Amino acid sequence: MSEKTYKPGNYPDLPPPPGTVGVYGWIKQNLFSSISNSLLTIISVVLLYYLIDGIIGWFFLDAVFDADSKIACRKIDNGACWAVITRRVGQFVYGFYPETERWRIDITFLTMFVAFAPLLYPDIPKRKWLLYFSVFYPFFAFVLIMGGYFGLQKIEYSLFGGFMLTVILGVCGIVCSLPLGILLALGRQSNLTVVRTLSVCFIEFMRGVPLITLLFVASSMLNYFLPPGTNFSILVRVIIMFTFFSAAYIAEVIRGGIQAIPKGQYEAADALGMNYWQKTRFITLPQALKISIPGIVNTFIGLYKDTTLVVVIGLLDPLGIGRAALADTKWNGLSTETYLFVALFFFVSCFAMSRYSLWLENKLNTDKK
Amino acid sequence: MKTKMLLAGVTAGVMFAGSVLASTLDDVRARGKLNCIINTGLAGFAAPDDKGNWTGFDVDFCRAVAAATLGDADKVNYTTATGKTRFTKLAAGEGELLSRNTTWTFSRDVDLSQTFIGVNYYDGQGFMVPKALGVKSAKGLDGASVCIQTGTTTELNLAEFFAGNNIKYNPVPIETNAEAQELYKAGRCDVYTTDASGLYATMMSFDNPSDHMVLPEIVSKEPLGPVVRHGDDQWADIVAWVLRAMMAGEEKGITSKNVKELAAKDNKDKEINRLLGKDPLQGLSKLGLSADWAVNVISQVGNYQESFEKHLFPLTIKRGMNALYRDGGLHYIPPIK
Repeated sequence: MSEKTYKPGNYPDLPPPPGTVGVYGWIKQNLFSSISNSLLTIISVVLLYYLIDGIIGWFFLDAVFDADSKIACRKIDNGACWAVITRRVGQFVYGFYPETERWRIDITFLTMFVAFAPLLYPDIPKRKWLLYFSVFYPFFAFVLIMGGYFGLQKIEYSLFGGFMLTVILGVCGIVCSLPLGILLALGRQSNLTVVRTLSVCFIEFMRGVPLITLLFVASSMLNYFLPPGTNFSILVRVIIMFTFFSAAYIAEVIRGGIQAIPKGQYEAADALGMNYWQKTRFITLPQALKISIPGIVNTFIGLYKDTTLVVVIGLLDPLGIGRAALADTKWNGLSTETYLFVALFFFVSCFAMSRYSLWLENKLNTDKK
Repeated sequence: MKTKMLLAGVTAGVMFAGSVLASTLDDVRARGKLNCIINTGLAGFAAPDDKGNWTGFDVDFCRAVAAATLGDADKVNYTTATGKTRFTKLAAGEGELLSRNTTWTFSRDVDLSQTFIGVNYYDGQGFMVPKALGVKSAKGLDGASVCIQTGTTTELNLAEFFAGNNIKYNPVPIETNAEAQELYKAGRCDVYTTDASGLYATMMSFDNPSDHMVLPEIVSKEPLGPVVRHGDDQWADIVAWVLRAMMAGEEKGITSKNVKELAAKDNKDKEINRLLGKDPLQGLSKLGLSADWAVNVISQVGNYQESFEKHLFPLTIKRGMNALYRDGGLHYIPPIK
């Protein structure tokens, strides 16, 4: 191809030089800009081909999606044996919750989105009415899941398990720990000595003890501290521990946010004659919470994943259900499939949380636009 | 020291609970269900099937006790526990029966204030290694890394055996059997040690079981059995005699298939008659059980042999020590008269 030459002057309508735009230009610039670059590209493509070929083969092409046991799987093909998941998907989702009652979990789960919508998306239409539902929702969910009222069959907590258990622990922990964390953060900044000391003690104690220790306390010690006869379920005890633990972290994240607010803001509020609660409600918290969003979501994602620790006190979360499945002689040894499936679930949930936090940050990012 | 205080607290709690509550049998009957503490998943002993029903050798025993006390083997709430939490769960009253491959030792029996009611499985700790390691005896394991479940007697046995033979080793602590399998398969540890039954179960799960072997040394006695809380002798007797009834079933040839037939007729062997409620069994009313208790156990769950063959034969576990005394094993039960 011969290079065209132009005399000096203005040529406003000329197309860009060939080979610098479009697919061809992009490939040339990014993949084949030099000899070493071209070599790397070719090697990578070959490697990727073998890798992807193997992965797709194992995951899909050679995989078995339904069979009676691992041995039956291996007879059909030598890829992944997803039958362990498809045969037990109910157990992974609902634990040992009775099959005829599982609609209760479905309804609770779906309505959860309705209850959360007005809290998560301020622009939603009819927000005020939906907020009433949000307030009412915890009671609704409790009755529906546990049963025992309105003719609903009472379900023992020991039947809870799987993703349902993770969501219950995670959502309860997250919802309860945010307000508690805010109060603790304010308490730590307070001028009242007793409030401040108590907050500091609580935060430092909870942060200084490993979560697994707290879970052991919840599972074995708590019964002895309480008066005899009060025997509330291990599920509640575990939720309390998760809440306390993550509230301590949230409190510190929010304290960071509070301290990042310029002093002029407080002085301005004082000058306007605001009292403490007005100042907190209209000046401190809106700014502090906005700054703290990434840290808060970080803590929440951590809490959500930490729910898998309940397996050490004998609650069967998805990981526990997976392990129990592996203890069945029929499926013994299919650990890769099981753990990948559980990992996928956690990834999807955590990724959703992280995307929401990005969206919220952008929405609230008014001063830097 | 901390453990001692914890144990003291647990003990105090148990004694208190024992003095306040009604008899365990009454509690179970009032609830209509037996709360049974089982393993979170151990092949052959306790694992959920595809429908979510727990099955296994230990689970069968829960079912047998429910059949004897409530007349229905399905009336059981299962609570899962790990090695660390099982005793506190039992002590805290989260279950009436701990049927979770638990080794009977002096300190567990005495110091933790529990009652071991018998042995339903004689086990012993062994070592599994890949054949490629080229080790023929546990004494050749110097410097090996060993996967070991924490909070179990195997941890102590391992330390004692290796210290006694002057062998150095690196312990790799793990929480569950499934986790151990993964680490062992990934080569994170050269040796996996646990009760021999668990080793065979683990080996079966591998794609090539023949690449691995269980070393000849059995370094410990592991008599596994069901456990109940101290302080309720009636309940302990019930659980103990349910186990013996299952073994008597095997001894006398009573199976889930012929038990109804044998219960209906007058047998030459009067012990069968007494066990199945045809002839009176002196003192049965003190246990608070109905005359057909053993019929319920054997018809709904099966005798010891049936349970063993159903759950443990698939793992290639042999009867060995767990045969009846007349077949060269250790199970020898008192006469039922």
